[in-house]
This record gives sequence, structure tokens and C-alpha cells, in this order.
Amino acid sequence: MARYFPFLVRGVGITVQFTFISFLLAVMLGLVIALGRISGSRIIRTPCQIYIDFIRGTPLLAQIYLVHFGLPQIFHYRPVGYIDALVALTLNSSAYMAEIYRGGIESIEAGQMEAARSLGMTYGQAMRYVILPQAIRRVIPPMGNEFITLLKESSLVSVIGMEDLMMRAKMMAGQSFRPFEAYFTTALIYLVMTITFSRLLGRVEGRIKGSGRS
Amino acid sequence: MVEVKNLHKSFGDLHVLRGIDLEVNKGEVVVVIGPSGSGKSTFLRCINHLEQPTSGEIHIDCVNLDDGNVNINLIRQTAGMVFQQFNLFPHLTVLANISLAPAKVLNMPVEDAEALGRELLRKVGLADKEAVYPHQLSGGQQQRAAIARALAMKPKLMLFDEPTSALDPEMIGEVLMVMKELALEGMTMIVVSHEMGFAREVADRVVFMDEGVLVEEGKPSEFFRNPKHERTRAFLSKIL
Ligand SMILES: Nc1ncnc2c1ncn2[C@@H]1O[C@H](COP(=O)(O)OP(=O)(O)OP(=O)(O)O)[C@@H](O)[C@H]1O
Ligand SMILES: [Mg+2]
Repeated sequence: MARYFPFLVRGVGITVQFTFISFLLAVMLGLVIALGRISGSRIIRTPCQIYIDFIRGTPLLAQIYLVHFGLPQIFHYRPVGYIDALVALTLNSSAYMAEIYRGGIESIEAGQMEAARSLGMTYGQAMRYVILPQAIRRVIPPMGNEFITLLKESSLVSVIGMEDLMMRAKMMAGQSFRPFEAYFTTALIYLVMTITFSRLLGRVEGRIKGSGRS
Repeated sequence: MVEVKNLHKSFGDLHVLRGIDLEVNKGEVVVVIGPSGSGKSTFLRCINHLEQPTSGEIHIDCVNLDDGNVNINLIRQTAGMVFQQFNLFPHLTVLANISLAPAKVLNMPVEDAEALGRELLRKVGLADKEAVYPHQLSGGQQQRAAIARALAMKPKLMLFDEPTSALDPEMIGEVLMVMKELALEGMTMIVVSHEMGFAREVADRVVFMDEGVLVEEGKPSEFFRNPKHERTRAFLSKIL
């Protein structure tokens, strides 16, 4: 069995890669969607709301299939698994990220926006210099949780042939005829990753709290 | 300087301001008093357009605020606002609180904005506090910093919404002192406050607001000694 271990571990790289890239993209896209979601204009707000509700109300698996098989059928192009996996994960996570941002922004007292506006700042300036810098501190812990969720959920990209950790577990199970060992080892590897990242995130949070000022 | 004509403001079915007319001349200090919920804050917030009036006209410095062509952000720069809860920016140092708007809104070079900030901090007696964060200040110091922040935009008019009512009694004096100096320098001010000592001493006019209308106004001496309306008398007897 032990000879399969390096084979599994090579999948870890792909899993971490999917997680990091889609997390970073979702951090950016999520902010845009959150700002749209709280916009005063209905034409901007409603689509963002629908997007968030759609993503959060449907399974990631369905979203992956939609991106990988559904879109190419409509728009006539050859699907690329790696890109589609990243796109699906990013779209999925960005909706949750948007809600995290919104929670952070809405937790800032209304008086902050009013004070900024009363000084003549535009809405955008007030957001950028007053509201977001305060909100960022409050969204870091839930974003850490979202990162861990993404790490686990990324296992679903194995269904469109990505050779991540989960895919390699399936391959190992098939070749060795020892599915229990294969999947249990894999589960443990996921566990080690989530624990490690939780610790790291905890440390980052500690440092931010340590730097004081609410 | 400020001219308000037949101002109405409703929140849904709630008709908060019911036709307000007020003129404030350059350099004048007007103190607005009135029971809780009478619309004092709403009135101030309409003047610098933090609330959109339902109807009526507001002219500041001869510019009609409801004229589609005026830039609301420019108008807000002409009217500085000081809040009951200070609303300092907690993530910025005291100096950065003050220099932020001049730097970002007026595109002032950062060094100039900071120099202006230091000058204003001296003026409100906080010269030694520029590097600290708001939560490290007492309430009275926070409110003085907030006044300095508003002044940094060189407003022509200052609006104060119960600037001392969130303060411990021993800190009220220091804030009123700063406001008094400002008045003596000729700043046009509209002050919602129930500090009657301040009204007597500094105000050119006292206005009594009740249920969204201005019931009565007068020079402080006259107003307090000899209120004309029953509602004014009833209110004054409660707070004096
Ligand atoms: N954004 C809002 N939406 C709905 N109702 C509001 C809003 N702002 C104020 N009101 C209502 O308008 C009325 C007047 O409020 P306002 O804050 O202007 O009174 P006030 O005279 O400043 O009272 P206080 O002395 O308690 O500060 C109140 O009944 C209040 O509940
Ligand atoms: Mg009020």
C-alpha cells in the first residue's frame, strides 16, 4: 500500500492549487458582487441578488456539470477541464464570499458612512477609505472558513477528470482493490490539510487582532 | 447664507418635517431645541442632504440644493457636520481622520493636509494627540477631534446635532468652549442642543421645534424670559 502514498500526495498539489487560485479569484469577484448587491440601483442589485441565490441554492456538482458540459453546448466551444474546474469553483465561492463581504460592510455603523459623506466624499471614496478598511478586519475569520470549505469541496472537480487528491484516491482504489485504505488515507490527508490551514489562519487572525484598533 | 423654504420630509407615512422656513445669516448662530422625535436631526440632515427632502427648497450660499445641476458632494463640503456619536473613523489616527477628506476630496497634497490637520488639532487643544487612535481619547476629546475633522473641509456652515449629549458632564464644557470660539470667529452655525447656558451665551437666535414645525423663535434673552407659545412654555419648564 505504501507505494501508493507518493502517488496520492502528488494529487495534493493539484488540490491546493485549485483551492488557492479559486479562493483568490473569489476574494476579488466576491467583493464586486457584494458591492453590487448593496448598490442603491435596482438594475445592479437584482442580478447580483439572483446570482447569489442561484449559486447558494444549487449543488456545486450541478454547477460544475453546467460549466463543463452545459456552456460548451450552448456556446459551441471545446471544454477545457482545468479551466472549467477553476471557473466553477470560483463562481461558487464568490457567491459565499459576497455574502461574507456584505455582512462585514453592513456591520459597520451607519454613522461611518454618514460622517464620510458629510465631509464631501463620494459613495465610492467613503467605501474605499472608510467602510472597507474596517470591514476587512471583520471578514477575515469567515473567509478563513470559506477557504477550508473550498479546500474540501474542490474534491468535486474529480468528476470532470481533474487529477486532484480525490481523483487519485479513486484511481488507487481501483488499481489496488483496497478502497477502504485508499479513501481512508485520502480522508486523513484532507484532515491534515484542513487542520494545518486552520492553524495558519488562526495565526493570521491573531496578528490582525494584535494590531489593535477595533 | 442658509435659506430653507417650506421644507417637508416624510419617511413613508410618517410626516416628520411639516413645512419648515428658516433663514440663517452669515455669522449667525442658531440653536434649535425641541422634544425628542420632533425632527431636529432630520432637519439638519436635510440641510446637507444626508436625507433627501420630500419637498421644499434649501439654499446654501445662494445655491439651490434641489437644482439638478449642483453637485451634492460640493454642497456637503460647504456644510460641516458634527454628530452626537462623534463618528470618528476608528481605523485611522486622529490626524488621519482630519487629513483624509482634504487629501482625497480636495486632492490636497498629503503634507499640506497633515499640516492643516495639525493646525486644527492645535485649535481644538489636541496637538499632542495626532498619532493616537480615536478609542484612546475621552469622549470630549473625540468630539473635539470630530469638530476639527469637519473644519478641515473649510466649511462655510457648521451643523451640530446634539454634540454634547453623549458626553459625561465633566467633558461638556471643553466641547462647548471650542464651539464658542468658533462662533466668535464668525462661523455660521446651526446647533441642536439642550445646553441652555450655551444657547443664552452664544446663540443669536433660539428656535423651538415641535412635531416637525418651528413653533417659535427669538433672541435668547427674550425667548427664555418670555416664551409666547404654550408648547414652548411647557417644553422649557421641563428642561430648565
Ligand atoms: N431614516 C428614518 N426612517 C424612518 N423614520 C425616521 C428616520 N429618521 C428619523 N425617523 C423618525 O423621524 C422622527 C424624527 O426623528 P429625528 O431624529 O429627526 O428627531 P429628533 O428631534 O432629532 O429627536 P432626538 O431628540 O431624539 O434626537 C422620529 O419619529 C423618527 O423615528
Ligand atoms: Mg436627534
